[in-house]
Amino acid sequence: MNAALLAADLPYWAQALLRVLGGVVAVLLPAGTIVYVFLFKMMSFMQSRLGPMEAGPYGSMQLFAEVGKWLQKEDITPERADRFIFKIAPLVVLVSTFLLVAVVPFGPDAWFTNFEAGVFYMLAVSSVSVLGILIAGWASANKYSLLGGLRAAGQLIAYELPMVLAVIGVIIQAGTMNLQDIVFAQNAGSMFGWDGLGNPYILTQFVGFIIFMIAVQAELTQTPFDMPIAESELVSGYMTEYSGFRFLTFFIAEFATAGVFSLIASVLFLGGWGIPFAWFGWDTMDSVDNWMNVVGPLIMFTKMMLLSFIIMWVRFSYPRFREDQLQRFAWKVLVPVSLVNIMITAILKVAF
Amino acid sequence: MPKVPGLLKGLGVTLNTLKRTTIDGANTVQYPHEKEAPPVRARGVIALREDNCTSCMLCARSCPDWCIYIEGHKELAPPRRAGGKPRQVNKLDRFDIDYALCMYCGICVEVCPFDALFWSPEYEYSEPRIADLLHDKVKLGEWMETVPEAPALEAGAEKKGKK
Repeated sequence: MNAALLAADLPYWAQALLRVLGGVVAVLLPAGTIVYVFLFKMMSFMQSRLGPMEAGPYGSMQLFAEVGKWLQKEDITPERADRFIFKIAPLVVLVSTFLLVAVVPFGPDAWFTNFEAGVFYMLAVSSVSVLGILIAGWASANKYSLLGGLRAAGQLIAYELPMVLAVIGVIIQAGTMNLQDIVFAQNAGSMFGWDGLGNPYILTQFVGFIIFMIAVQAELTQTPFDMPIAESELVSGYMTEYSGFRFLTFFIAEFATAGVFSLIASVLFLGGWGIPFAWFGWDTMDSVDNWMNVVGPLIMFTKMMLLSFIIMWVRFSYPRFREDQLQRFAWKVLVPVSLVNIMITAILKVAF
Repeated sequence: MPKVPGLLKGLGVTLNTLKRTTIDGANTVQYPHEKEAPPVRARGVIALREDNCTSCMLCARSCPDWCIYIEGHKELAPPRRAGGKPRQVNKLDRFDIDYALCMYCGICVEVCPFDALFWSPEYEYSEPRIADLLHDKVKLGEWMETVPEAPALEAGAEKKGKK
């Protein structure tokens, strides 16, 4: 690792400030883009309508209008609610998003943290949001919230497992849990001696990729798996009692997490920020040119948009699973398939 | 696994709609800027031709919502022929329709024996105050201008009427 851009000669406080700013941008920018491009526009177009058109050209300022609207609303707490817990619940969910983005590498030196157990940390931190959702459902003192929270807990725990197991295939193949090294292994790798494309793991770990994306869909409680918020039966699930800024926090967390999971999926399966290193003759991490720190985030953003397009596309196309179908799908299909995937990957890893 | 082709087909439907909307435009209309012409015989608002009304109260009595208010008095009009008795006519004092109550069933229009009530396709008369939705006979009379020409009778309808 050559002298990291941020670590170079800035004092500690400046580094910390830059990292916080970078984190906010890395969370809010994908969230805003996903909400406008996919939630507002793509969904409307898929339903043969235009979506918001009044605020700004083609409704591009609609997001600010919405945020302004939410900020003006009264912050209501139900009388019987557990006030303190009720108030911190959305923040817990949002914090898990911020913690998630901390391990995502955006370039050879453009990362927030770069530590060896990155994948492990990512999987651990992503389940913190379950706690936020569960306490939101419990603290609201509302039957719909409670049902939604419990459904969310059951679903998120069930789909955590296939997600972890799907990632293990990648870890076996890369031989490391460091996300930066996984990016390196994909871009510096070669397929049967041909290194023109590197070796993105979506090719070798296609089953893992599919399982991971399905699990992400469930973790985000996006539509085929939106039993926890099921608006036709549970009002709005665990979000029922939230209003104003706290609802906005849940909303941002939902779509920011979609963005961050897309980033992580692109790191694990699509080669992350890298372009095949053979194109420029790079062979180690240190030899990667510095301009990749600028191009890398753009590449990541493109891949994120691609993957969140798929997430949202599936969301707008499918009706929702029933609770028993949802659990059966996780435990009887995804878990066995991912176990078999791990087994085959391990055997092939040893064989080659 | 056997359900996968169906799932992909479903994704294809939404993607095709996305493509169609991008190329041909949406099925919807951007309402305040452009308007869709309402269909013929659209039930927008009820117009009153005051001259035809005899304040017979049939419409008010048949209204399921009791949203028509009629008051009138009797007057003596000059005789039709010289030397005749003065005629007694019903004069309309008040004819109000409360559009906050009206459910647009159209029974009053159907039941009117003297063609005093008509459907107009006009629909933009929302008000900030609910009391302003009570249209008096002047306002109901103004709606007459927007009433379209009665459509031509169907073939054979006239003959049947003669019998």
